[in-house]
Amino acid sequence: MTPVIEVKNLLAGYLPGVNILNGANLYANKGELIGIIGPNGAGKSTLLKAIFGLVNVRDGSISLNGEDITGLKANKLVAKGVGFVPQNNNVFPSLTIEENLQMGIYQDPSHFDQRLEFVVDIFGELGKRLKQRAGSLSGGERQMVAMGRALMMDPQVLLLDEPSAGLSPVRQDEAFIRVSDINKAGVTTIMVEQNARRCLQISDRGYVLDQGVDAVEGSGRELMDDPKVVELYLGSLGA
Amino acid sequence: MDWIQILSNTAESILSPVTFAFVLASLGLALHFGFAGLLNFGIAGFMAIGAYGYALSILRFGFPWWAGILVSIAAAIVFAILLGAPTLRLRGDYLAIVTIAAAEIARLLFLTNTFDDFTGSASGLFGYHNSFREANPLPDGFYGLGPFSYSSTDWWVRIVGLSLLIVVIWLLWALTRSPWGRVLKGIREDEDAVKALGKNVYAYKMQALIIGGVFGALGGVVYALPSAINPTVYVTSLTFFIWTALLLGGAATVFGPVLGSIIFWVLQAFLTNVLPALTQDGAILEGLTSQQGSTLRFILVGIGLMLIVIYRPQGIRGDKRELTFVK
Amino acid sequence: MSNNEPVKSTGLHIGDAKPGVAKKDPILVADHVTRSFGGLTAVDVEHLEVPRGAITALIGPNGAGKTTFFNLLTGFDTPNTGEMHFDGKSVRGMRSHQIAKLGQVRTFQLTKALSLLTVLENMKLGAGNQLGEGILKSLIPSIWRKQEAEIEERAIELLNRFKLSEKKDDFAASLSGGQRKLLEMARALMTNPSLVMLDEPMAGVNPALTESLLGHVLDLKKEGMTVLFVEHDMHMVRHIADWVVVMAEGKIVAEGPPDSVMEEQAVIDAYLGSHQETDLGVVTGRVDASEGGEKQ
Repeated sequence: MTPVIEVKNLLAGYLPGVNILNGANLYANKGELIGIIGPNGAGKSTLLKAIFGLVNVRDGSISLNGEDITGLKANKLVAKGVGFVPQNNNVFPSLTIEENLQMGIYQDPSHFDQRLEFVVDIFGELGKRLKQRAGSLSGGERQMVAMGRALMMDPQVLLLDEPSAGLSPVRQDEAFIRVSDINKAGVTTIMVEQNARRCLQISDRGYVLDQGVDAVEGSGRELMDDPKVVELYLGSLGA
Repeated sequence: MDWIQILSNTAESILSPVTFAFVLASLGLALHFGFAGLLNFGIAGFMAIGAYGYALSILRFGFPWWAGILVSIAAAIVFAILLGAPTLRLRGDYLAIVTIAAAEIARLLFLTNTFDDFTGSASGLFGYHNSFREANPLPDGFYGLGPFSYSSTDWWVRIVGLSLLIVVIWLLWALTRSPWGRVLKGIREDEDAVKALGKNVYAYKMQALIIGGVFGALGGVVYALPSAINPTVYVTSLTFFIWTALLLGGAATVFGPVLGSIIFWVLQAFLTNVLPALTQDGAILEGLTSQQGSTLRFILVGIGLMLIVIYRPQGIRGDKRELTFVK
Repeated sequence: MSNNEPVKSTGLHIGDAKPGVAKKDPILVADHVTRSFGGLTAVDVEHLEVPRGAITALIGPNGAGKTTFFNLLTGFDTPNTGEMHFDGKSVRGMRSHQIAKLGQVRTFQLTKALSLLTVLENMKLGAGNQLGEGILKSLIPSIWRKQEAEIEERAIELLNRFKLSEKKDDFAASLSGGQRKLLEMARALMTNPSLVMLDEPMAGVNPALTESLLGHVLDLKKEGMTVLFVEHDMHMVRHIADWVVVMAEGKIVAEGPPDSVMEEQAVIDAYLGSHQETDLGVVTGRVDASEGGEKQ
């Protein structure tokens, strides 16, 4: 079975001469929820951005269902079915929720109504406030809109950059449950997270990224129980 | 092309009062921008205040030349306070806008007919050299070494200019090496962090603005020492020339501005001599007139400034880690 | 390396633990403090007393006004109404650097390690009452040289404690995110504060570094300082906080020792969520109840 996303030996970075990713590997099979955890500066967000064409790839390859997508720009990837939810600045504050969702599907506007129904179904509450300016929403609500926007193109794979960042505990739990629901609806999901504990609890498989390479790999449960992972990455406080 | 003449003229510019004036002004700007992070786009204004303060106090109030220097320092302090008081608590962009405007206002006030009796308006000022020349201890005559041969008066101008320069360089060096300088470098990067450590950020910024402004005014004085004051000199392009010299040498260093100014003027002298020669028959710029060839140097300055900002913002002597425009 | 369990301070309050309750020895008192932006009231605190020598946590949902309240207390913002007293002295209307000089130091949500300075310079900047910082005195090194050497000694001592001494001559830009947090905390200590206010100190910090940071915060209390911190990490709060203040929509809605406050239904509904101790894998049905569950 060809993985939906396969990353091989990726070298990438922002500044010339400085590599953040030093040969990272990752794969996601159809329908899986993959969690990526690891220390600051390990390259978790960079890996996600590299898959989405936002960071220069210097060596290695990325493929989507076997098709090489290394170096393709983000707009092409959206058309191919890759959705990306950034951590910050993830909504257009001056546009309404509905307009934000329209932005998500601008490459294929004819399907707007149909997809809107699907997205509103997942985020029931948002459906009642479509005309509200996104700038007036709280952090957690913006996160929902950003996710909704990424889902408008009916992506085969969804990339999430720290969906729980900056949220209070109750909103974090809601965010993780929501991600799990989206994944169960059939969307292959790759999520980078700082809240390693929660992330691994819902992940099918996980990677621990350290210094730009995939240091540990396993199922979510395996990683949660691995004493080495616990010591180095999870911390023993309430792990 | 008479290369000997070209090179001789070029070498001479190293010791020219104009170069000294530039060094002084760029040292002032180094304190403002390189160390304090203040965006001053009106350094030409400080120079004008310095020059006019000097000449006017001699011509209109009968002061001796050294008192004239003190007056120009005082005028610079007042000018700096006027600029800083409304803007230093606001975002840096506001200081930038206010300084451009203030420099232009100063220049136009000096240029306007209304004050013609006082400022000489478009004709500028001249004939304020008596007490200065009388104070000259050097013997009369014309002497020196090779291209560096000047009259007694010209030597006196250079000695005074160089002395002021040495004092200013020492001041800048001592200030930036001290704990005061350290606070300034912190402010340059993040005012809130420094406030949270108990430092009165507004006071430090004002002090930097004043001292740097005084350096600029002294630059104006040295510019005025040789002959006359011409108001058309103190235009915004002068400010940008000084920025170029500063960034070329290294904005956050003490010797960077010195090096940058010298290189800048040497290049200008070189180009002023070479470009017209290149428009002669058989040479590269044949189609242009001598005048056009000469003006080409301004285009080159502009391109040079852009290249520095894009590819080497820390200048020749600067540390890349310390001064970069990339966030 | 096992940490000795923190010794919690008790008996800090007088009377029932509810919003605005008086403390036996308050270091900071806020009265009727409000701050509005346009039509929106960001902060509306009737009364709050922060107990001296203890660690107080300020928790609450995003948009509750915690950072705004922090800014008001530290002089980075001015309240529309209200009085604030630090160590008995009124600080209303004082500028941020003046309040800092009184002994209150704060850190920021987005770490402000000064990257264009070296680690050691960052530290030396933190010291107060430096003779060399006066414009005229700075020109005469003999006036401030001795003090500078003492400051450097103190700085290196602190750097050793925070395990940053190897990096002392590196520019702060080369430090990792976690190291910058440590630097900001160490630098804050150079000011010899009596009250340390930390704005989300654990934000973005790798869980493995969290323990060491917590240890440093506990050390502050051991040395007699008072700590007030804003956090979302409930494990941290439960672990080291002596007192918890809960804010929501600009107001204080609950106060008390961590265990009791975090059990109040209103707090759970608005902020903590009911899954605090459960495994989300089980909640979402991805994992059998037998396989999942929180390990303690």
